[in-house]
Amino acid sequence: MTTSTGLRLSLGPIQYHWPKEKMLDFYRVIEATPVDIVYLGETVCSKRRSFRHRDWIEVAERLQAAGKEVVLSTLALLEANSELGYVRRLCENGTFTVEANDMSAVQLLAGKTHFVGGASLNIYNPRTLRKLVSLGLTRWVMPVELSQGVFAGFQEEMPAGIESELFAWGRLPLAYSARCYTARAHKLPKDACEFCCIDYPDGLMLSTREDERFLVFNGIQTQSAKTHSLARELRDPVPGMDILRISPQPENTERVIALFDQIRAGALSVDDASQELEPFAAAGFCDGYWHSDAGMRSSSDAAGL
Amino acid sequence: MELVCPAGNLASLKAAVDNGADAVYIGFKNETNARHFAGLNFDDRQITQGLAYARDRATRVYVAINTYPQPGNFATWERAVDQAAEYGVDALILADIGVMDYAAEKWPELRLHLSVQGSATSHEAVRFYSERFDIKRAVIPRVLSVQQVAALVDNSPVPIEVFGFGSLCVMVEGRCYLSSYVTGQGPNTFGACSPASFVRWSEVDSQLETRLNGVLIDRVDKDENAGYPTICKGRFKVNRETGYAIEEPTSLNTLPILPELLKIGVAAIKVEGRQRSPAYVAKVTRVLRAAINACLDDPENFVPDQSWLSQLTSLSEGVQTTLGAYQREWQ
Repeated sequence: MTTSTGLRLSLGPIQYHWPKEKMLDFYRVIEATPVDIVYLGETVCSKRRSFRHRDWIEVAERLQAAGKEVVLSTLALLEANSELGYVRRLCENGTFTVEANDMSAVQLLAGKTHFVGGASLNIYNPRTLRKLVSLGLTRWVMPVELSQGVFAGFQEEMPAGIESELFAWGRLPLAYSARCYTARAHKLPKDACEFCCIDYPDGLMLSTREDERFLVFNGIQTQSAKTHSLARELRDPVPGMDILRISPQPENTERVIALFDQIRAGALSVDDASQELEPFAAAGFCDGYWHSDAGMRSSSDAAGL
Repeated sequence: MELVCPAGNLASLKAAVDNGADAVYIGFKNETNARHFAGLNFDDRQITQGLAYARDRATRVYVAINTYPQPGNFATWERAVDQAAEYGVDALILADIGVMDYAAEKWPELRLHLSVQGSATSHEAVRFYSERFDIKRAVIPRVLSVQQVAALVDNSPVPIEVFGFGSLCVMVEGRCYLSSYVTGQGPNTFGACSPASFVRWSEVDSQLETRLNGVLIDRVDKDENAGYPTICKGRFKVNRETGYAIEEPTSLNTLPILPELLKIGVAAIKVEGRQRSPAYVAKVTRVLRAAINACLDDPENFVPDQSWLSQLTSLSEGVQTTLGAYQREWQ
């Protein structure tokens, strides 16, 4: 156990399609949690309209008033010009830092204001990172498929003052597509999707033909069924690990944040936290990517901890 | 409209050149390109011969260096860039920002194309690479409808190359981790999707099972055709229904929309398939050449010849083709 000074916890953008009331309730709860940074915005599908721009800004202001650092996250996959228009609006918001989740956003931010480079930006080596730093990047989130060894390699060449963040809890975002798989499962085309993903606040489970829970559809995004957990890293954070990100889930996100916070503070043993976290990972844990293995693997039977 | 064809080895390169490719694209024998398969790609001698063969027949040669180096191995990609530059190839097809930064700095005269693995889907993303690295062309992921491609072409600072035929990635290229999630090796990190070393075929109760690193991808009757266990073409259960939840085994074929692609100003049509045989490359190149010629001659009245379509279909995954994301209904 360690009382890690300086390690911050962040909450990633909501990946799923939830009704407006659920989103408002969710962020009211988040205000009171010990999470340090909150990423806000629709990053998966621009058709989802539970929140309009002003709703995001209102929530952002409330969270900021509650002492959180707020970052606005952009869409990961852009297809239509209207989507580019919205990304531009976020990039020019003038108040909140922006997390760029594709190169369009980087282009709109470069040289104008500092920004966060999201996990889907493909920052695989220090030269790429340095180039983006020269354009205004001040924090990066490592691509989820990279390992602890790669992270350490980055730290050896890390430009001064650049923060490193890791995806540390949640279903892994594995792929994006033009096709909406939730709509496909309902035999609907994306253009007439009836917003069916709103019926799956925790995504739509895909299993193999021998009933192994394998992937989760979330509209045009495909996630891992297993919950990726780096909770064990809280015991003894590796050098350069500044921020650990927790990805929202429809229930118990505040409990996950509290447990991460307690491990971070040394107030709870990792074994005790492990038992408490287990019910919040419905299809089990994985951390293979971090250990240079297949992403679906788990380094331990003890619930990834 | 340029026809860009795949060459996984010297025989395929010759097949593409002989059958009417305007350009061929190749890769080195290592993890610096996205078809890092055993027995594939070019060594020193082969690349020298291939270049001479293509040059003599006025065909351009592009080299794909389109995977992502990591801390500690960046030098391998630098060497690949230097080698290709020293050979005097016509263009490099790059994905990684760091590699592009290196190439633009070290070889300012060398023509750079943005690889599909660079995942640029908007004109602002293309502009990023154009302004920073002076790329001369962008190959775009198979996620845009024809209307969206048209809008991108209109606003892009550089010409756009699109996929015209071949195996279909249904996920945005350069950002798909399905293979690495299951095997630890994927397109970005290893240069291959669903590497063969993780594939197991086994007979169970008169059925054939295909597994990728232990995960059951499909199970077929023995008289059925079992496809290669790419995760996105497997059969799975969703909401208690079993089927091709992501996509069926199928290949992309754009012959029916060739006049539209021409009209909206697409600069080049790319054929996927460096892992395919020389015979495959020859047939596909021949059909695409004939179709593009016919389309250029008389775009208004262009109708794909039935024999072209049946030839392409017979060469396709699952013996069927699709327009993929070009057609909104597919999405």
